[in-house]
Amino acid sequence: MKMNDDAVFRALADASRRQLLDRLHGKNGQTLGELCQGLDMTRQAVAKHLSILEEANLVSWKRQGREKLHFINPVPINEIAERWIGKFERPRLRALSELKRKLEGENHD
Amino acid sequence: MTDAAGTTFVYVTFIRTTPEQLWAALTNPDFMKKFWFGMHHETDWKAGSSWRLVFPDGRVADTGEIAEIDPPRRLVLKWRNEFRPELKSEGYSRCTVELEPLAGAVKLTITHVMDRAESKFIEAVSGGWPRILSNLKSLLETGSIAVSS
Repeated sequence: MKMNDDAVFRALADASRRQLLDRLHGKNGQTLGELCQGLDMTRQAVAKHLSILEEANLVSWKRQGREKLHFINPVPINEIAERWIGKFERPRLRALSELKRKLEGENHD
Repeated sequence: MTDAAGTTFVYVTFIRTTPEQLWAALTNPDFMKKFWFGMHHETDWKAGSSWRLVFPDGRVADTGEIAEIDPPRRLVLKWRNEFRPELKSEGYSRCTVELEPLAGAVKLTITHVMDRAESKFIEAVSGGWPRILSNLKSLLETGSIAVSS
């Protein structure tokens, strides 16, 4: 079932798949070919990772002409976060993660 | 998508409900306030009619038009920001809401497009949608919302 939290955690428990999500976060709406560029993975491996991300509903896609464009879908991650993050904690956590980002720079995985 | 063709996001959630109930939740002003941070739509839900998104205090957040409407399957809104000049100057975006029944659930897809690269408007609304969709899912499946702020 696509609403399964287990599928989301399994999909995220892999550095290559997180890298693909980072790339879509950087530039949304990419084809498989674009996503493969500059990666140390075969096209088949990227396609397999994308299907696992799609199954977990972390990646959505749209057809545009002959191309299949992939989009990051953050909704399941938000659902997991809302489950444990209360409304009163949110501003404090946001301030903390902004501080962490400033101190460490934008690149973190 | 951030190339010459424009800026797009596609958000998807699966909600254990019926298309009819989900459609009612999306278009009923009182119900909508429960999951959209107190805001509501003002429109008569007819193709070609004007549409406004209104803050709890009555200020108008966004305006536009019902471009297409096909209950309980599809809604397309022309959508422009009204309260931040740098976003308003980008003009109209296009928001497509699609409901697709699956076994025991409805696949809800929100596609929001602005015909310009690096749209600030799309960046602004893309942060709000996941929280709105989580609240909506939670409200329809359990009767209470996840976040109210």
